[in-house]
Amino acid sequence: MLDGRSMIRRRAGLRLWLSAGWLGALGAAALLAPWIAPHDPLAQDLFLGRMPPFWVAGAEPGYWLGTDSLGRDVLSRILYGARVALLVALAAGGISCLVGATLGLLAGFLRGWFDMIISRLIDIWMAFPPVLFAILLIAVLGPGLVSIIIAVVVIDWTRFARVVRSEAMLQGVMDYVASARVAGAGRIGTMIREVLPNVLPTIVVLLTLEMGIAVIVEAILSFVNLSISTDDPTWGGMIAEGRTSIHQAWWVLVFPLIALFLTVLAFSQLGEGLKDRFDPVLR
Amino acid sequence: MSFLSVRNLSVRLKNGPPLLRRVSLDVAAGEVRGLVGESGAGKSMIGKAVLGILPPSVEITEGEIFVGGTDLLRLPPRESRRRIGASCALIPQDPLTALNPSHRIGPQITNRLVDILGWTRSAAEARARDLLAEVQIADPARVLRSYPHELSGGMRQRILIASAFAAEPKLIVADEPTTALDVTVQKQILKLIAGMQARHGTALLFVTHDLGVVSKVCQRLSVLYSGMVVEDSTVADFFAAPRHPYSAALLAAMPKYTDPDAGLHPVPDAEIDAVRAEVTAFDRRAARG
Amino acid sequence: MQILRILCLRLATTLVTLAGVAVIVFFVIRVVPGNPIAMMLPPGATEADIARLSALYGLDKPMVTQFGIWIAGVVQGDFGTSITTRQPVLDLVLGRLPATLELSIMALVMAVLLGGLSALIGTRGRGGRTEGAIDVVNGMALSVPDFLWGLVLMLVFGVLFPVFHISGRVTPSLDLPFVTDFYLFESLLRLRFDLWADLVAHMFMPALALALPLAAIIGQLLKQSLKETMNLDYVTLARTKGYGETHVIMREALRNAVLPTLTLVGVQFTFLIGGTVIIERLFSYEGLGNMAIDAVINRDLPLIQGIVILFAVIFIAVNLIVDLLYAVLNPRLRHA
Repeated sequence: MLDGRSMIRRRAGLRLWLSAGWLGALGAAALLAPWIAPHDPLAQDLFLGRMPPFWVAGAEPGYWLGTDSLGRDVLSRILYGARVALLVALAAGGISCLVGATLGLLAGFLRGWFDMIISRLIDIWMAFPPVLFAILLIAVLGPGLVSIIIAVVVIDWTRFARVVRSEAMLQGVMDYVASARVAGAGRIGTMIREVLPNVLPTIVVLLTLEMGIAVIVEAILSFVNLSISTDDPTWGGMIAEGRTSIHQAWWVLVFPLIALFLTVLAFSQLGEGLKDRFDPVLR
Repeated sequence: MSFLSVRNLSVRLKNGPPLLRRVSLDVAAGEVRGLVGESGAGKSMIGKAVLGILPPSVEITEGEIFVGGTDLLRLPPRESRRRIGASCALIPQDPLTALNPSHRIGPQITNRLVDILGWTRSAAEARARDLLAEVQIADPARVLRSYPHELSGGMRQRILIASAFAAEPKLIVADEPTTALDVTVQKQILKLIAGMQARHGTALLFVTHDLGVVSKVCQRLSVLYSGMVVEDSTVADFFAAPRHPYSAALLAAMPKYTDPDAGLHPVPDAEIDAVRAEVTAFDRRAARG
Repeated sequence: MQILRILCLRLATTLVTLAGVAVIVFFVIRVVPGNPIAMMLPPGATEADIARLSALYGLDKPMVTQFGIWIAGVVQGDFGTSITTRQPVLDLVLGRLPATLELSIMALVMAVLLGGLSALIGTRGRGGRTEGAIDVVNGMALSVPDFLWGLVLMLVFGVLFPVFHISGRVTPSLDLPFVTDFYLFESLLRLRFDLWADLVAHMFMPALALALPLAAIIGQLLKQSLKETMNLDYVTLARTKGYGETHVIMREALRNAVLPTLTLVGVQFTFLIGGTVIIERLFSYEGLGNMAIDAVINRDLPLIQGIVILFAVIFIAVNLIVDLLYAVLNPRLRHA
């Protein structure tokens, strides 16, 4: 007979495997793109423009998911687009995690004037609409992968900082911290050795969330034409293109959208699955 | 004719150990029966089963609960709920959590009369005022307009007592109504409950771990150990000569305030082992049969 | 009295935050490469022309001086003039504000209805398959941001089953008798239900896209809160009085369970408003967010400043309203 706890554990396992599976496949696809992509993602062939996917009548053999208005192979572009997406996810997610978590940890643990400054900074930051901030920053930094990564970090470090700060505040007043200090550990040392391990699960979960967000931000910026300025394929760029021919060639929009959808879903479910795993109550 | 008749009620944790072992007891109309036992003996569980508020983690495996002649357990849930609401009431244990913090006192007393019993709002409010006066609350109108957090614990318990009598129930389950109160207030509250019971002629199932309370308020009592009834007699007989050795030990364990040097006599291990053996024997019989 | 104290404290922190926002946006956008004046003028404009116009907009002065001039103007209610449209920024911004407000509020209402419903259904069927199903749906809606939902909705209801409009705020050929820019509101007041229907047909998808993530959060949090409340003593007492499950959830538990949800919803609502920027772009909805993107692309500095400040003010106002609402709903705080 199923009871609540065994059901949750089962779902956590499934969720973890599915999302990790998709992300793993994506990673593999991204790495092996040059070898497994059937066509050159940049190769245009106007005679093959707007060919439908293979199961629809009138499809061009070899172009599994169809072609866009310029005759470029959708499948290949999606595979190459995965490279950009994952690169942004890992780099932007990782760096904003590092910056945000560090500041949050210091603010929450050390308190005092440092905490006051950081808190006020966070408040001001959160008064900006994130997308607008992103667009503004890209306008300042110019288009490009590095700019996007910087933009994500600058905008979203507050996500980590806020949560890690409250966690650190909570842990900072616990007895094990006091014992460590009494035993002679320095403040930073205590923070790193005693508090950080307890805050780590939260950080990891936020990291997966952030990676999904980074992918979305890149897609949005591509959509508004502010991402990588070349016709190097990005999912957001494909979506923007696809939207203009949404009635004539739906596949140009649908397939990158599905890829994006599944990737973002996978990142966040990965986070949820990890959270369930880490929760000592369920263990 | 008993108003409440519990027959062979067995309750257990879902997929877990038994909590009540074939409990039987009767409460006649207008009678006050005490339910005593240690913590965890299952006395509250009986009251909850009667009122249909057992926690979801618990299930009834056998037995009947006759209220006013009808077995509630054989009725559809809606019907049994309606009957309980019309003829029974609860005086809860903790006055601090038993009142809804977002509603004023007045509606918490009058709503059931209006919604379920079809009274008019004004009749219900008049009744509420009268009840509050009966429990010796000065300025009932002000109290009815107040929120629970504005009132003291003792005041809230009086309100809960008054509220229990609102629909003129035939049976009230009092679940350790004085346990959460200061000792100084306990005596007053007890007198209050006893007085109201006498005036309204309501049957009362009084759950408590305090034998002293039982001696003052109850006519009959049941002693529970580990979900099993070990003794069922009148209060007079019980205090004169308890039949079961465990009950005798309980009685002896009562601190004698009149004789402070008499020392404390907790229930001896031998008695506990003996009564536990009875429980084990019961379980073995139940598993076989 | 309590409410007055909250207000005063808030005003102080608000001014500090707004000042911070103003400083940041002002100096950040002046680092932007690309001269807005040069972008505005036709090719072939002389250096002299550019210089003259730059002087006109005060862009030749040192940055700090520019800031001073701008702040002095702001205090008097003058937010400068838009470089691209030559109109006062304040007018432009206030002109587009109602559209975005209507969209946001419509999204909020949808989110509350959907989320509330899912929480109530989930609580009613708790511990069983109903709750499990609701959790899965919530989990998905939560993980997917408004941008993606917008695209999905656009595909499904704009192309596959074309029920709603996928572009604009209102059908262009319609004659609008409105006095204010609050089209949705005014159409109801004037009992022009045909116009109202047209507006809703345009707003439905963008509002739903914005609403879904928030609905999921509300649903999850409220259900959690309700389930905890259902275990409390006063709920059990209500059952003994003869009340059924649905009544107990709605009358006894709901009011107390709503409070913890409220604060988080307030914060999330500000995120929703932030999301209007990209959603309006996606659906070509003529609101503040759409104008903002154009302003950045065209380097219209005064307009960018004005819009960012306005968004900041909106966020702060929302937070304030949520705190006031909380104080009003919680009887304990009211009498403190």
